[in-house]
Amino acid sequence: MIELRDIDFRYPVIGGFGIHIPRLSIPAGECVAVVGPSGSGKTTLLGLLAGILASARGATVINDTDLAVLDDGQRRRFRIEHVGQVFQAFELLHYLSVIENVMLPHYIHAAGADRKDVHQRALQLLSDVGLGLKAGSRPGELSQGEQQRVAVCRAMLNQPALLLADEPTGNLDQANKQNVVDLLLDQAQRNHSTLLMVTHDQSLLGSFSTVLDIQSVLTVTTGQGAKAA
Amino acid sequence: MSGALFLGWRYLVFHQLKTAILVASITLMLFLPAATRVLVNDSAAALTSRADQTPLVVGASGSPLELVLSSLYFHAEQPPELPFASFVELRDTGWAEAIPLNTRFHSRGSPIVGTSLKYFSFRDLDLAQGRLMGMLGECVIGANVAARESVGVGDSLVSSPETVFDIAGVYPLKMTITGVLESNGSADDDAIFVDFKTSWVIQGLGHGHQDLAQPAAAAGVLNRKDGLVTANASVVQYAEITPENVAQFHFHGATGDFPLSSVIVVPPDDKSGALLRGRYQDNNQGMQMIVPSSVLNDLLDTVFTVQNYIILGLAILSLATIAVITLVFLLSQQLRKGEFHTLSRIGASRAYVATLIASEIGFVFIGSLLLATGLTFAVRQYALQILQSFLSL
Repeated sequence: MIELRDIDFRYPVIGGFGIHIPRLSIPAGECVAVVGPSGSGKTTLLGLLAGILASARGATVINDTDLAVLDDGQRRRFRIEHVGQVFQAFELLHYLSVIENVMLPHYIHAAGADRKDVHQRALQLLSDVGLGLKAGSRPGELSQGEQQRVAVCRAMLNQPALLLADEPTGNLDQANKQNVVDLLLDQAQRNHSTLLMVTHDQSLLGSFSTVLDIQSVLTVTTGQGAKAA
Repeated sequence: MSGALFLGWRYLVFHQLKTAILVASITLMLFLPAATRVLVNDSAAALTSRADQTPLVVGASGSPLELVLSSLYFHAEQPPELPFASFVELRDTGWAEAIPLNTRFHSRGSPIVGTSLKYFSFRDLDLAQGRLMGMLGECVIGANVAARESVGVGDSLVSSPETVFDIAGVYPLKMTITGVLESNGSADDDAIFVDFKTSWVIQGLGHGHQDLAQPAAAAGVLNRKDGLVTANASVVQYAEITPENVAQFHFHGATGDFPLSSVIVVPPDDKSGALLRGRYQDNNQGMQMIVPSSVLNDLLDTVFTVQNYIILGLAILSLATIAVITLVFLLSQQLRKGEFHTLSRIGASRAYVATLIASEIGFVFIGSLLLATGLTFAVRQYALQILQSFLSL
């Protein structure tokens, strides 16, 4: 269960962009497409849910943990253990092999897990997405669709309760777009993860159980004033 | 944090060329001053150690340094020759033990040292195999010569002509090896020792040929007159001294005029040494007596001064290298901002990213340090040979 209550957030620059969320609830295991125009706060919402951004006020509760009461280090730990993220530009490390990229969360925070077991899980994830034979390749040797599949595997390594995808299909052709969305939905269902995927692509919305119009749940505030969503 | 070290290592391995250039630059920065210091200090210690063991050297007037390098290391340009009579005169004073040296000749790059058996006890040289030379034409070789030429007791070495155009001059002499010395890490390891009379044979002052009084050598006689026999060109000259023909070897001319390179002088006490030095100062007769350690100390003073200038220059170069490396590193971090941002978004802390960067720097510096240390040890191993090769240029 994800619940945001009375959230106030503003980027720490003079006159910076800010949002206010009176209340938002998403049941656990829900697959949600988040839509809305540019600058409407979609990425900021994902940042708050990932614990990358911290709201000045309110509660961000994910599976009974309120991120608002955690310090930066605790939020980082929570993020790496419970949140998987897929980015628009894949953001794979070029100097690591495909399987090492998938294991990146383990390299950042091993949390006592045995490296052999993690390696085995990473290999299984890659096999599930058809990249088992490319585990030793470099990201630069893969197509864009394949790179995004690797990024999905990286996000799924720790079997996260919450899977966040920020326009993961933005750099892909139409065929690959649907493949990546199907993959995200499949992985979310397998792990009983809650999926929030930001997208501008109307053709993909039919795959999701819920479509969340961001403008209906939050108010954007700029500088001293505020504008109604 | 072991994950950060792993990522740092993988980054360096992926960027092999960049890493290699960085490591090479830092290695050179560390190695050159260290190697210069080690080379100079170790060489100085080795040079002075051998010089300290050699109380006095007598030679013809000329460069004292050339005389020392020739007498102690057998590698320098040849000093002016000294008549054998000088050696006899010195020996007969009774004030010191005199050891003759004739270092003019070579065999395949190894110096042939004509000397007496006293040289071996004076230098504390032990035999690894065989015996010392006992007859004209026999030789004892240093450990490095044995290894380099793959020869041992019973094999032979041939002396080299002084120039390829020396058709009528020095004949090559085939020398039989009777002993191989144990290595002692000095110039003796690279030398071939013969009796000083054998070196005169190599020089052509002594030779062996058919006995012209025998009927078998009749074809080699040009004419006989008043008991004087003159040989023609067909007389057989011996290129090797064997027990069978050694009796046929003889010297022409006055032995006292035969040449030596120098004489090592070992007085039994300071007083005898002082008396001898005074004698050579008062009446040098075209000769000089030197204290090798004093001559080398003069040389080393100059070497140390040059060393200090070199190290100063290298320090300035190192500062410039550090500045360039720092600039390259900062630019690299700028280019990797995206990567660090990704790590942070996934959950890496600032300390983790700092550890990643520090590990890369650490690996490069540790690698460079190990390489520089290895190279410095290699230089230390070959310090004396390196210096000798410089001095013999």
